[in-house]
Amino acid sequence: MSRISKEEVKHVANLARLAVTEEEAEMLTEQLDKIIGFAEELNELDTDNVEPTTHVLELKNVLREDEVRNSVSVDEAMKNAPAQKDGQFKVPNILE
Amino acid sequence: MSKYETIIGLEVHVELKTNSKIFCGCSTNFGAPPNTNVCPICLGHPGVLPVVNHQAVDFAMRAALALNCEINRETKFDRKNYFYPDNPKAYQVSQFDKPIGEHGWIEIEVDGNKKRIGITRIHMEEDAGKLTHTADGSLVDLNRQGTPLVEIVSEPDIRTPEEAYAYLEKLKAIIQYTGVSDCKMEEGSLRCDANISIRPEGQEKFGTKAELKNLNSFAFVQKGLEHEEKRQREVVSAGGEILQETRRYDEASKTTILMRVKEGSDDYRYFPEPDLVSIHIDQEWMDRVKSEIPELPDARQKRYVGEFGLPEYDAKVLTMTKEMADFFEATIHSGADAKQASNWIMGEVSAYLNNEGRELHQTALTAEGLAGMIKLIGDGTISTKIAKTVFKELVENGGDAEKIVKDKGLVQISDEGAIREIVVNILDSNEQSVSDYKDGKEKAVGFLVGQVMKETKGKANPPLVNKLLIEELKKR
Amino acid sequence: MSILDKKISELHQLLHKKELNVSDLVDATFDRIHQVDDQVKAFLTLNEEYSRIKAKQLDERLVSGGDRGLLFGMPIGIKDNIVTKGIRTTCASRILENFEPIYDATVVERLNQADTITIGKLNMDEFAMGSSNENSGFHPTHNPWDLSCVPGGSSGASAAAVSAGEVLFSLGSDTGGSIRQPAAFCGVVGLKPTYGLVSRYGLVAFASSLDQIGPVTRSVEDNAYLLQAIAGNDPMDSTSAKVDIPDYLASFTGDVKGLKIAVPKEYLGAGVEPGVKERVMEALKVLEGLGATWEEVSLPYSRYALATYYLLSSSEASANLSRFDGVRYGLRSDNSDNLIDMYKQSRSEGFGEEVKRRIMLGTFALSSGYYDAYYKKAQKVRTLIKEDFTNVFEKYDVIIGPTTPSASFKCGSMTKDPLTMYMNDILTIPVNLAGVPAISVPCGFSDGLPIGLQIIGKHFDESTIYQVAHAFEQATEHHKEKPKL
Repeated sequence: MSRISKEEVKHVANLARLAVTEEEAEMLTEQLDKIIGFAEELNELDTDNVEPTTHVLELKNVLREDEVRNSVSVDEAMKNAPAQKDGQFKVPNILE
Repeated sequence: MSKYETIIGLEVHVELKTNSKIFCGCSTNFGAPPNTNVCPICLGHPGVLPVVNHQAVDFAMRAALALNCEINRETKFDRKNYFYPDNPKAYQVSQFDKPIGEHGWIEIEVDGNKKRIGITRIHMEEDAGKLTHTADGSLVDLNRQGTPLVEIVSEPDIRTPEEAYAYLEKLKAIIQYTGVSDCKMEEGSLRCDANISIRPEGQEKFGTKAELKNLNSFAFVQKGLEHEEKRQREVVSAGGEILQETRRYDEASKTTILMRVKEGSDDYRYFPEPDLVSIHIDQEWMDRVKSEIPELPDARQKRYVGEFGLPEYDAKVLTMTKEMADFFEATIHSGADAKQASNWIMGEVSAYLNNEGRELHQTALTAEGLAGMIKLIGDGTISTKIAKTVFKELVENGGDAEKIVKDKGLVQISDEGAIREIVVNILDSNEQSVSDYKDGKEKAVGFLVGQVMKETKGKANPPLVNKLLIEELKKR
Repeated sequence: MSILDKKISELHQLLHKKELNVSDLVDATFDRIHQVDDQVKAFLTLNEEYSRIKAKQLDERLVSGGDRGLLFGMPIGIKDNIVTKGIRTTCASRILENFEPIYDATVVERLNQADTITIGKLNMDEFAMGSSNENSGFHPTHNPWDLSCVPGGSSGASAAAVSAGEVLFSLGSDTGGSIRQPAAFCGVVGLKPTYGLVSRYGLVAFASSLDQIGPVTRSVEDNAYLLQAIAGNDPMDSTSAKVDIPDYLASFTGDVKGLKIAVPKEYLGAGVEPGVKERVMEALKVLEGLGATWEEVSLPYSRYALATYYLLSSSEASANLSRFDGVRYGLRSDNSDNLIDMYKQSRSEGFGEEVKRRIMLGTFALSSGYYDAYYKKAQKVRTLIKEDFTNVFEKYDVIIGPTTPSASFKCGSMTKDPLTMYMNDILTIPVNLAGVPAISVPCGFSDGLPIGLQIIGKHFDESTIYQVAHAFEQATEHHKEKPKL
């Protein structure tokens, strides 16, 4: 039984904003299915009473004071921009 | 036709008034030229990391406590993933399963009926940038990106658009009182989305909801909801089906317009933000934040009735905004009578602000000025009518009431001899009115009073004019 | 012996005695790079003009007797996922081909304060995803010991450049073994510090909860020098620990008497090549000879580490790599006229196959309906893996095993099946999941290719790792071997 369908792969690609061709979708379906199958070995373990780990260190309350620091110049902000206009990043029109 | 019940839930975003952004040191100033309050962090450059602004957490906690929320002692941030040009990392750092506050409520009043509206949660997150749409593309300004926000989600307890309006008014008042936000809708520091659905009365299950966006004022929220309520009823009555839609309120046509139909729910793929560590709020921290909350509108309202003997209505209106309530108290502290101060603030002051579309701090009026004027009325120095001239001067140019009265020669004439002389002259030149009076036409007195006031440019003490007129008339 | 074969301490003596100046060192470095990098292909960007100017400035300071930083005048190569202000930083990805950072990573700032000279930026597997450097968006890097073999990855070029004598040392990053595995393959010393010891600010994130920057060097001593310069709390990194940084060189006693070593049976099991096992057993004998003792232990959950790692790292990566959207920087496709197409085309043209595969896996593992089954499950298993280490460290000072199951392999031999390639990291991954520090030091050869010995320590106990690694290095001759280039 496959763990992920081609349709799911296309849906995930859309969520991740990746364009995939039919062939790529097929190849990815096969590869992801294998990897997910491998990952499912974790299901052998009973983890009902195990706390998830997000951080290995027990750090808490790392906070900074509310102080304004220097911002960068517009030129620096725009330095790597693929397209810009009047000090703003420019993007194609948004199609809903 | 079966009856329908309306279910409304509101999501309110409030920008917190910190100096710097939530995860970096850029200024949160409103109105700077595009992309000048930005740094690698809020630009979402490769390699950057967030560090939480302590003040933002304090402010969010203060708001949560003021809204009667329980504070999550272990709170954390999560990533909410979606692509949009105003969201530079393509994830927004927000809070998912451990928001800073939950299970709160506020009390609203509509037509004299009080009602509690539940608050599901209040969570911290970063604001997005600003998009400007032009003919050949959209422009992205990231100045606002990273401004600390709280999102306040209500329970679906609201049943009418009026209740929604009252909820927003109350919520805004409370947040403003806490001092954590200006709540200026016109600057976007308070924004509101509304969810609305209908269901047959008696049914448990909620109907499919529509989401209303682009609601630029509380009045638009109410109007938008009124229209949407009507639309949904019409669709259902006609045997149609409500779709899960996002709609926007259009002021020009006073209708809601479809933006998009939602298919399924959005998949934001929330997961704990690995670049931030959790926040543990101990009793000491919470107590300190609690102690920073000033007296809130409901408490003030009660106090105004108890301490100043104001009617409930006055107390409610005066406490609607902190600015107004603070001004009222300052006026009293400057020596004005409480009821007189209340009358003036709710009357002339409010009327002036409404007409001019201004807020109190945008006028020249000071509490000392208003109190001075009220005192002058009280001791008979000026009449209420003259006071209106003095008020206009105070609100537009400021200054001291007594000095204005002196400089403009507005002191009331209470010299009996002087007024009697004028009265005699008026009677002499209005024989017809005198004979009317003699024939029992009491109305003639009003006319004669008016003539005396005209002659004295309104400065004569009105009760004295009345008294002397009757005396002189009787002599004839 | 070339000056490029000397240690930092030796070079500093020469500088001090005015028998060498910084410009000579920088010139020798670029000479060597121009001589061998055509074959090794370690560098993506060279910073030659600036390096020579800075060398002159430092030489002036040498004459005037001004302050000298800890790594005064030392040329360094930096992995290309660590941002350098004004120096192109690509992460070996087409999507960042022309990206010039507007700030320096914290480690780069610290290196600047230590007066190093950034010679150039080093190739890697794209966005640090890979174990062979074959996933570079530009070109593969080759193993100096055998140019037909891979240098390992993802910090393959960081190890190869040091091994080939192109730079004295380099910085790499390690998410699942990306410093240690290439260090093993290239016969150099590579340390993955404790999670939180070195600031991640300016390290282009792959998997935020696992990534660490670390030093790659020819000797253990140099490694400690470099760590000394970059370690320590950074207010810009919320996950950076507030710990006192010891004087690492003070741990170089040469003595390991009484040291208790744990050897996990899982690290010498099936799948680990005989040649590798033999070198590790020999190494243990050397340490025994120096007065240490060792016992076999078990890390029972380590067999689940690989699956756990791929779920967690890919999930975090799927979000971390979303910012490459063609809006503010990086590649934007010309083949689009609306926003959504612009996103999809830019990302699909800019990212390589492996990166896309992991973004897909991570997006899937986080998506609605699968989060609990995959992401959260993996976070729980991570807890168990972490506890494995805690348990062993209650009784032992260090854990020792091989760094990799085999020596380097031929270019192109493992690219077909992603899962086979992933097996390379099976011995290094548990360390990242537990957040503990580990070093790979050369321990001999198998069929002419270097083998690495992995020494794993307790949280923030880099000193003990260095103590063992240094004692071992001094007792053996492996580190003196050099590739013939």
